[in-house]
Amino acid sequence: MTTPSTSTAESDDAVRLTGISRAYGAFTAVHPLDLAVPAGSFFALLGASGCGKTTTLRMIAGLETPSTGTVHLGGQDVTALPPYKRPVNTVFQNYALFPHLDVYENVAFGLRRRGIKSVRKQVGEMLDLVQLGPLARRRPHQLSGGQQQRVAVARALINRPKVLLLDEPLGALDLKLRRQMQLELKRIQTEVGITFVHVTHDQEEAMTMADTVAVMNAGRVEQMGAPADLYENPASTFVANFLGTSNLIEAEVTGAADGILRLTRAGQELTLPAARCRTGAAPGDRVLAGVRPEKITLVHGDDAEAVPAGRNRISGRITASSFIGVSTQYVVDSPVGPDLEVFVQNVERDTRLVPGAPVVLHWNPEHTFGLDAEQDIDAGLDAGSDTDTGSGSGHGGGAARGRTEPGTGPGDSTGSTDSTDSAEGAAV
Amino acid sequence: MTAAAAGPLSPPAAPAPAEPGKAQRRAAARRRRVPYLLLLAGVAWLLVFFVAPLVYQASTSVQTGTLEDGFKVTWHFATYWDALTEYWPHFVRSLVYSGIATVLCLVIGYPLAYTIAFRAGRWRNLVLILVIAPFFTSFLIRTLAWETILADQGPVVSFLNDLHVLDVTSWLGITEGDRVLATPLAVVCGLTYNFLPFMILPLYTSLERVDGRLHEAAGDLYATPFTVFRKVTFPLSMPGVVAGTLLTFIPASGDYINAELLGSTNQQMIGNVIESQFLRVLDYPTAAALSFILMAVILAVVTLYIRRAGTEELV
Amino acid sequence: MRLIRRLRANLVVIAGVLALVYLIVPNLVVLAFSFNQPKGRFNYTWNHFSTDAWQHPCGVAGMCGSLTLSLKIAVYATVAATVLGTMTAFALARYRFRGRGATNMLIFLPMAMPEVVMGASLGTLFLNMRIQFGFWTILIAHIMFCLSFVVTAVKARVMSMDPRLEQAAQDLYATPAQTFLRVTLPLAAPGIAAGALLSFALSFDDYIITSFNAGNSVTFPMFVWGSAQRGTPVQVNVIGTAMFVIAVLLVLAGQLAGGRRKARG
Repeated sequence: MTTPSTSTAESDDAVRLTGISRAYGAFTAVHPLDLAVPAGSFFALLGASGCGKTTTLRMIAGLETPSTGTVHLGGQDVTALPPYKRPVNTVFQNYALFPHLDVYENVAFGLRRRGIKSVRKQVGEMLDLVQLGPLARRRPHQLSGGQQQRVAVARALINRPKVLLLDEPLGALDLKLRRQMQLELKRIQTEVGITFVHVTHDQEEAMTMADTVAVMNAGRVEQMGAPADLYENPASTFVANFLGTSNLIEAEVTGAADGILRLTRAGQELTLPAARCRTGAAPGDRVLAGVRPEKITLVHGDDAEAVPAGRNRISGRITASSFIGVSTQYVVDSPVGPDLEVFVQNVERDTRLVPGAPVVLHWNPEHTFGLDAEQDIDAGLDAGSDTDTGSGSGHGGGAARGRTEPGTGPGDSTGSTDSTDSAEGAAV
Repeated sequence: MTAAAAGPLSPPAAPAPAEPGKAQRRAAARRRRVPYLLLLAGVAWLLVFFVAPLVYQASTSVQTGTLEDGFKVTWHFATYWDALTEYWPHFVRSLVYSGIATVLCLVIGYPLAYTIAFRAGRWRNLVLILVIAPFFTSFLIRTLAWETILADQGPVVSFLNDLHVLDVTSWLGITEGDRVLATPLAVVCGLTYNFLPFMILPLYTSLERVDGRLHEAAGDLYATPFTVFRKVTFPLSMPGVVAGTLLTFIPASGDYINAELLGSTNQQMIGNVIESQFLRVLDYPTAAALSFILMAVILAVVTLYIRRAGTEELV
Repeated sequence: MRLIRRLRANLVVIAGVLALVYLIVPNLVVLAFSFNQPKGRFNYTWNHFSTDAWQHPCGVAGMCGSLTLSLKIAVYATVAATVLGTMTAFALARYRFRGRGATNMLIFLPMAMPEVVMGASLGTLFLNMRIQFGFWTILIAHIMFCLSFVVTAVKARVMSMDPRLEQAAQDLYATPAQTFLRVTLPLAAPGIAAGALLSFALSFDDYIITSFNAGNSVTFPMFVWGSAQRGTPVQVNVIGTAMFVIAVLLVLAGQLAGGRRKARG
């Protein structure tokens, strides 16, 4: 497959998108983006509805023609190839199973189209892999949602594609089934060793399943990396808010020494490792200091002296608490911000921690991250709960998604975010 | 047939890729031609055998001449005036009969459509078949069956006579003496019968889409069954009502079979006149003018009606 | 009292059943009188039971010839209208193009036009073109008025089809031609079948338009019309009943087949 013009290093990538973009009239669904998916990986494109992730997937499949750029599959340029000539298969949103064919014929469809006569053995094996052997002669409408989903996976996988594309494959399932299918998809991927590119709006799903996650927002890749890396080191407010929850505190840099930045906000002193700050910060600059709610320890105001030295600490007052089971979630009003969130494991519950109680929050300064203060501090907040229903077909779908674009602050287009994207895109 | 490949409603004016290959551009041009190729035969057929005849008919209506010497366009608009002055009772009769038949179809058809949609349960398919099946017996034969049913010495007429119903209807002027055949009642009865399925099917289609839970919701909100119908069911079935009334009224107003078989010369409708002018009198200009007047009248009535009903999502 | 309450609760159903009776009674009369042996020429009053007409359905001069002609025209018109109508419906449902609105209007108009106007217009055209009236003029007219009904039925079906199914086929290596044959056509089949069935029924049953374009040819409805003046032979009732029974049986068989497919597995 390797053409003379492409180097071996590049053809290790199962999918390589170069400068690819898609515009519908005046609306740009996908801004020019570079993306490389290593062969054999489980790759997730994560974003709220309308962020361009489905359009990107459809351009890989050939169902959408890119306005600019090229698509390479395993080193071969397929930009001009129609979908039926591309070595990729798709698991569609809502599955798109052929209602007039039974499970067996649905699964055999791709093999038959490629002129393979004896399909029985392969179809049988594939149905066993997805545990649907006994249902081979059922019609799609006689199957449950989870069974339909597995038929869709089998129908695509049996063709041994270079890349399997999954477009919100679990979106139509209920929570419990979704968890189960996440594990099952992961098992199948490990078993067959095919590259999976998975589009989802569910950050938990992306983090559970994927080796690499690319977070998309407003037609751009905001950040890409391993799930833990994205979670611990978000590069933008969008990622910080969209993946889990973050407390973001706008603060002023008062000093920098020995790789440590000193910050102040409303008289509260914070420290931040310079290596974890995403923006160049000199004294007098403003940065956003972030910390995840579960990194924070919460003590009652009466025990303030017990807090060890050298930790970031903020005093405040509990305004709300909700008991979740494994943990309790507190909202704390403080001089640095009105709604700081704290998750406390329910190991030994302090009965004094009720709304109105004075408290001290403290955490290891190593767990603080710094972001460019020029961004919209709330980016990605309303997007997390959004469900992606954009079918992504044709002009209308694109335009509709354009209108439901999540809050795109001016910060989204700052130079720092863009350079981060392309740098990381090339690195993976 | 590359229809399947082009996808749903691919806009021909889709923004062209910034750097399209030649092959891509050629493919796009080919895709743009596809709908026209698909349409060609069907549209050509309608243009030649539907539109052209209407245009030709328009010219015929202002021609004069005789069968022997042939007809010539002389812009003789008087034909219209003559046709109107001579046959206006037929027009009025057509509109009145078909109007009454349409209302009767709605009144008779609605309960049946409602029953099929909400109350038939497992009988639903069987009842639907029984509504559609009469279609497959020639409607002439079925209209002739009404001649049998309403025959002068038949059981129906005797029964109505015994109940003195016919006295009332004769007094109202819709029957004559102890006969039902050859009266307006028979013609309207026949029209109603013939076009009833055209009313029931659209009604059923739109009622079927009404969520039964809406009834419960409305009932839960203190609506009596009648209020539920008036405020929820009926408004939701409006598209079906409009489609059904049009599908009934339009063909009924041009019909002449029922007037011919069940009526007498006193119940002749405009269709009868057009038919006889064309096939027997051979006065083609008058037949053409009458056709155009009928078309215009129907168009006017329908437009007015759709305006009032407020539904324009018909086509 | 309880009876009255139950009657009131089921008022709609009672009215519905009465309407159904109104629809079915003529068919029952046709059925009954197909077993009559009329006294004179007119088959209006019951004389006595006989199966003569059923044993000799073609015992009337000209009737079976007209029946054959009607069936032939109905089959040809159905095939032609279904092919042309399906193509037109795909164009209208799947593409946006210049003139789409006008085409939609053109399709709608024949359905909103009284038959007598269409028949007379087409007849006038044929007359002036000096085209010999007969089989071909009837066929042309029937294709013309069936076309719109096919387009409407197929278009509704195609518009409700999920475009992703065809994309899925392409994704699974089906070429455009294969996609059409293996996915699009089977999925559109119910709409096409409905359109074809409607065409057949409309064509077979048409009297008004045919009468303006038939010349000396006699279709079955025209035979019935002509015989109505002189006295309808009992055999007409036999044909009418047979059509009714065959249609009901066909629909029932279709329902049963569909039901069995659903129950299987």
